[in-house]
Amino acid sequence: MSKKRILIVDDDMDYLFQLKTKVEQFGFETITAESQLEAEELIVQTKPDLAILDLMMENEDSGFILSRKLKSKYPDVPIIIATGVTAETGMDFSVSGESDKQWIKADLFLDKGIRADQLQREINKLLKL
Amino acid sequence: MANFKILVVDDEMGIRAGAQRILKNFTVDYPFMDEEINFEVLEAATGEESIDIIDNDKPDIILLDNKLPGIQGIEVLKYIKQKQYDIYVVMITSYASLELAVKATKDGALDFIPKPFTPKELRSSIENITKQLFLKRMTQKLNKEGKQIRFQFLSVLSHELKAPLNAVEGYLTMMKEKQLGDQVENYNEAIDRSMERLKGMRGLIKDLLDLTKIETGKPTQKLKQIQLEKIARSSVETFKPYAIQKDVDIYLNTSDSINMKADPEEMEIIFNNLISNAVKYNKDGGRVDIGIKNGENSISIKVSDTGIGMEQQEVDKLFQDFYRIKSTKTKHISGSGLGLSIVKKIVDLYEGEIQVESEPEKGSTFFVVFPK
Repeated sequence: MSKKRILIVDDDMDYLFQLKTKVEQFGFETITAESQLEAEELIVQTKPDLAILDLMMENEDSGFILSRKLKSKYPDVPIIIATGVTAETGMDFSVSGESDKQWIKADLFLDKGIRADQLQREINKLLKL
Repeated sequence: MANFKILVVDDEMGIRAGAQRILKNFTVDYPFMDEEINFEVLEAATGEESIDIIDNDKPDIILLDNKLPGIQGIEVLKYIKQKQYDIYVVMITSYASLELAVKATKDGALDFIPKPFTPKELRSSIENITKQLFLKRMTQKLNKEGKQIRFQFLSVLSHELKAPLNAVEGYLTMMKEKQLGDQVENYNEAIDRSMERLKGMRGLIKDLLDLTKIETGKPTQKLKQIQLEKIARSSVETFKPYAIQKDVDIYLNTSDSINMKADPEEMEIIFNNLISNAVKYNKDGGRVDIGIKNGENSISIKVSDTGIGMEQQEVDKLFQDFYRIKSTKTKHISGSGLGLSIVKKIVDLYEGEIQVESEPEKGSTFFVVFPK
């Protein structure tokens, strides 16, 4: 079986590098973009097996916009939105409510500070590995 | 502040008055909303009366009793459905009749509140409904216009403050877990990046301090006669080393002594921000020109650079807190995104004006005008 390809989008180059390193250590192949725009161009030709998106990039809701676009092109690609917002503001961002699901097209929200082993478990779960 | 209209349709005056009282000073906020929502309560004692109000005032939410003197609540419900009004209808019922509930739900009622209700019950129902309604409308808007919705509730400050900490922590974790191997040299870049992020954080904290100074307002303002060109000169000196490093020349064009009644610290913040930006976003070998003019009715400052410039859409957002232009050209330039919003706030304190002219690849010019 070939390696699963994971798209990581984050405008923080340091976080992007760190996450990429982690995900590659899990045994996945990665493709990366540093902005919503760059990611939009990237997904025109390339279909990832899973995407991890930052929420706030050029736009405060870049992650939401990207996930809508991704889902409309590749409905079967699971999407994780990684955000630092949840933990900091105490805001609950779960995508469990029906009304949320209609417009936020992400499968999972994760806090950026998540431990590597937890992240790996969540990715495997979404990829049904 | 947004306003939702709630129509209470009940022949019992006590219920109407109660809803009025309970919801009068009630507000709902929600992370998804940009602002608080409060309520205006309209009343109707009969179904007939309610239909008039529905047609004229277009309420957002209706609390509807079924047992009414004339036409029944269910008829009102049918009327709303037939007219295709976007109204969230909640039935208030004194006894739970399954049959009525089924019928009402079929005709478009979305919720039930048992009667009598406590203030707490009503408030919590209205809160839920408001959130649902808000989300529904936002989804509709999103679908209709395909437009981006601004999520202002995202606390940008905490994001900006935590980002550098997370980055440094991430690199330290990589080192601790030896993710890049045993060789110390493998981590050189991680160390450099960590230092860079810490530097950025220091800058942000400095800007935040400036901002608090302004936001706490005038009490700390120390107005006195100052010579503006002296402050400009000292600011130029501050940024000389940085400019030399970037191979940018700074020219200060002013001959006269320009007297102004102002807080010197605030004027310094203005010059520091405008000059540092002009150097930071310049091209190698570029120049920065600073002019100060003492007019009849105003004092004006002009700072122009020969830098990367901006698109109009970027100019429009320039003075917002934490706005930073993100492009491949600015990727490696660090900044807090607060500088210009601070400048704008100070200029506002003096009832002045700030304007920008900019052209991509050519440069930007900032104009600050203080009335005399």
